[in-house]
Amino acid sequence: MEILHMIFIAPFLDMVALPDLFFQGLWDGFVGGTLYALLALGFVLIFKASGVFNFSQPILMVLAALALVSFYEMGINPWISVALVLLLMYALAFGVERVILRNLVNQDGNILFMSTIGLTFVIIGAAQWIFGGVPRSMIHAELGFPVGSSEWPMFGGAVYFEHIDISAVVLASSLIAILAVFFSKTKIGRGLRAVADDHQAALSVGISLNQIWVIVWFVAGIVALVGGLFWGARSDVSFALQIIGLKALPVLIIGGFTSVPGAIIGGLIIGLGEKIFEIYWGPMMGGSVEGWFAYVIALVFLLFKPQGLFGEKIIERV
Amino acid sequence: MFYKETGQFKSRYKDELAAFPLFEDKIGIGILCVLTFLVIPMFGLPGLNYEFAMGAIMIPCMIFIIMTLGLNILLGFAGQISLGTGAFSGVGAYAFYKFITIFPDINIIIALVLSGLVSAVVGVIFGLPSLKIKGFYLIVATLAAQFFLTWAFIRVAWLYNYNASGAIEGPNKEMFGIIMIGPQSAGMTRYYFVLVTLIVLTWLASNVIRGRIGRSWMMIRDMDIAAELIGIRPLVAKLSAFAFSSFYIGIAGALMVFFWLGAAEAESFDINHSFLYLFMVIIGGLGSITGSYMGAIFVWVVPVLIKEIGKSAFGFDAFVMENFSTILLGAMIIIILILEPHGLARLWQIAKQKLRLWPFPY
Amino acid sequence: MKKHIIGAAVALGTLFSTVSMSFAEELLVPHLTYRVGPFAANGTMGANAITDYFTMLNERDGGIGGLKVNPEECETGYNAQKGVECYESYRGKNPLMHIPNSTGITLQLLQKAPEDEVPIFTMGYGLSAAAKGETFPWAFNYPASYWSQMSSILSYIDSETGLKGKKIAFLYLDGGYGREPLPLLDQLEPKMGFETVRIPVAFADSQNQGSQWLTIRKEKPDWVVMWGWGVMNITAVKEAAKTRFPLDRFIGNWWSGGHVDVEALGMKAKGYKASNFTPAGRDFPVVQDVIKHVVSKGLTKTEPDMPGKVLYNRSLFMAVVMAEAIIEAQKLTGKANVTGADVRKGFEMIKLDEARLKELGFEGFTPVIGSCADHEGQGSIFVQQWNGKDWEKITDFIPPMTDIVQPLLTEAAEAYKSDKPGWKTQNCS
Repeated sequence: MEILHMIFIAPFLDMVALPDLFFQGLWDGFVGGTLYALLALGFVLIFKASGVFNFSQPILMVLAALALVSFYEMGINPWISVALVLLLMYALAFGVERVILRNLVNQDGNILFMSTIGLTFVIIGAAQWIFGGVPRSMIHAELGFPVGSSEWPMFGGAVYFEHIDISAVVLASSLIAILAVFFSKTKIGRGLRAVADDHQAALSVGISLNQIWVIVWFVAGIVALVGGLFWGARSDVSFALQIIGLKALPVLIIGGFTSVPGAIIGGLIIGLGEKIFEIYWGPMMGGSVEGWFAYVIALVFLLFKPQGLFGEKIIERV
Repeated sequence: MFYKETGQFKSRYKDELAAFPLFEDKIGIGILCVLTFLVIPMFGLPGLNYEFAMGAIMIPCMIFIIMTLGLNILLGFAGQISLGTGAFSGVGAYAFYKFITIFPDINIIIALVLSGLVSAVVGVIFGLPSLKIKGFYLIVATLAAQFFLTWAFIRVAWLYNYNASGAIEGPNKEMFGIIMIGPQSAGMTRYYFVLVTLIVLTWLASNVIRGRIGRSWMMIRDMDIAAELIGIRPLVAKLSAFAFSSFYIGIAGALMVFFWLGAAEAESFDINHSFLYLFMVIIGGLGSITGSYMGAIFVWVVPVLIKEIGKSAFGFDAFVMENFSTILLGAMIIIILILEPHGLARLWQIAKQKLRLWPFPY
Repeated sequence: MKKHIIGAAVALGTLFSTVSMSFAEELLVPHLTYRVGPFAANGTMGANAITDYFTMLNERDGGIGGLKVNPEECETGYNAQKGVECYESYRGKNPLMHIPNSTGITLQLLQKAPEDEVPIFTMGYGLSAAAKGETFPWAFNYPASYWSQMSSILSYIDSETGLKGKKIAFLYLDGGYGREPLPLLDQLEPKMGFETVRIPVAFADSQNQGSQWLTIRKEKPDWVVMWGWGVMNITAVKEAAKTRFPLDRFIGNWWSGGHVDVEALGMKAKGYKASNFTPAGRDFPVVQDVIKHVVSKGLTKTEPDMPGKVLYNRSLFMAVVMAEAIIEAQKLTGKANVTGADVRKGFEMIKLDEARLKELGFEGFTPVIGSCADHEGQGSIFVQQWNGKDWEKITDFIPPMTDIVQPLLTEAAEAYKSDKPGWKTQNCS
């Protein structure tokens, strides 16, 4: 009885008793969810275009953020640093295509996936070597993003909005929208979807596979930069961000692997869910449940709805 | 010239099916046995301090071989990918700890087998989604195992007997009057125990793999639908692969903590260890027992070596060498996947082919 | 191909020869470092300071007792398995002590130390119960255990706002290190009439503490005490400012009060407090000596602005205690080339009182006085506060609540011993 009360009644009483806190939780979860969605989109793009489950997406995010801060610390103008990072991301996309993808074309998905784990470790070692492993502060203020915060009084308390969080939501959602348009309306986008459908057919109508791959990896790099910028602003830039970035995987499972709207909805479910669960149900389980909440939800989905909310039904089932 | 099958005639099927049909192989294995059973325990490794050779090279290598064998069963033979190896090894270690503290008189071997079984059960539970999905969808399921279990290792204080330090520590424990584990056990005793365990488990693995279950794993891996058509039940095949694999990994985890480290926190079973074991499998060669040996030894020994070489020959500091070995491991993975997906084991086979004709290749 | 083989052979040869070379006429003081990995920022500072201090002794005094000190580093990346590898690599070379620099590695080495007769010195970390010299002859955690520190922090809170009836949130890194003070809190809560809310932060979430701080907002504690490390500290201070928690009611332990933790935040972190036992600053004669003999001569990887920072000075102090133990051991045996067992006795005879500290150039650091039974020294701490630019010491030394902590330590030491038949103890009376 006691336990049932703790699980089913007490948390809701808490929510009603301190509504400002509940809304703060929702807002924080929403910001996190938007960023998860953005990262998940990076996975979806590469998966759709090349069938590669890109495990290195989180480390790309760390690399982009770290490079941005490091360039700035070398005394380079912040916007030129952004340009340099984009250049670096393009070079990386080009290199990945040349060295890895081209050589592994038509290989089994598992092999491609493992090669991105290898890539992850190459990036970890190289980034740590060149930029050092010290946590650094993000340069969002120097880039002109607002830094203050506003209070919104509510129910005798207040909800705090960090301005950087607001800009994160705005920028991330517009990037998501741009990407959605890019892939459904432009020529490159159509080419990409053609590649996703059938490599051979796409090749035969004159779409260059290699070019498409470079483009999607580069777009994934841009996504990584924006994600790294805002996660870095929320906390700091360090290699621990990789673990946060990994949460885009359960987001994908929930949303469905190949679906853009799925990535968005999945991101929001995870972002909101883990915050609310941690605040109201976490303490009774001893706390810090956020680390696995997303994965366990994904596990439940895998058991009962493996194609996710929006995934294509033709998922490889056994 | 020295390594060829000509002139070796088999008169019985039994000989044909032997694990080492060639006379030369038998000699090779014999030499290895003499080395591992007599020479190394007596003299250590050449040029290395004896205790270092045992405690930092031999014992961990053998434990990692068991770990790699376990993961290879799942990944290489059954084709199911897992990133939860670290956590499953933790299940074995915590189970062993609970067994020897709840039943202080329990025989170590029994405790070890039991903890392997506990790990197998947990592995099967997290392997359940593999019935519905495959490939990288499974990664997320095993990641769930990884993060949830390591959380539980910290959160469930019962697992470490409410120790203030939150760690599990190996008490001194005897078997047949010899102290096997704990601070007072001799390095040599632990070495022999791990060695014998390794040999038994290798023998078991090679037989299971060549047997009915093993073949069903490979069929599922190569083409699941066809396998199902000819009467393989995917449920049994997949879950038995998870069970077998986790059994090995659990035993390796228990050995790692109690026969090598001496004490461990949840940190010893984190996701980075899962990656490390995955690397051992890939570099050694997917679906090969010899490969498991080579991969584990390579991944464990090479960073130790390059660290030392970098320090003594070039004067690089640890920071540089550590990053260098990370890059090297990552690059090795990519190169091996591109050039030789069957890893070091395949290279070894090629070498054997060459040896057959050597020194007159034409 | 042949060239490569020869090259490899040469490299291997040099490797083996260096490994098997014996260092007879020097004092080998290994310390484990973590210049890579998640805590590299803190680890680099500490590793540099220890090496710098011994280099300084070699340069200035020609070593200790006429023998050069070899402060050999071994990189662990804060990884427990690498820690064991490092430990094994020093066997047979007569290491005088081991400095694990990680609570996880300490737990493994604690068991090996008595068998190998090499003392383990964990300054300000490790197992609290190791303070009991009778149960742990081979381990030392001068100048104070975590439990002593926690009791000092509690008496500071008591002196500020009173403790009775107050609610204290305990924010900790989820692992052996962060959980260490929990048993003490269990005992003290009813005794002293306060209430705690325990909020763990998983290592993976150290940069994502939104929920933890929402919980703090929900619970409305009077104080927040933090056992954090690495990037978790920065994030926590940032989140505290974000949730409008009064920073002068937020106290970190001594690993949460370095310069790396607040420097980047600057004025935003103003008011945040932390406990400490090694004051920051470059004016100490010993820091000046290190700068003069080591840093300015370029004998180190230390960057010129590092000396004087909290963590740097702390590791210098760590090195001083190590050096004192060697000096005491040399005095005791009358020879310069001592062994690990001698140094263990040296540790027990350490007497770094105010006079000796002043003589060594460490005036204002916490005194360390050891004995056979007391391996923590029951040292006092002070509280420092961040003023936006630097740490300021705001209290005098606050002694631990010896009468409460010591019985608990004895109990914990007994518990540690109880499931380890054959554990080696010593008799101090």
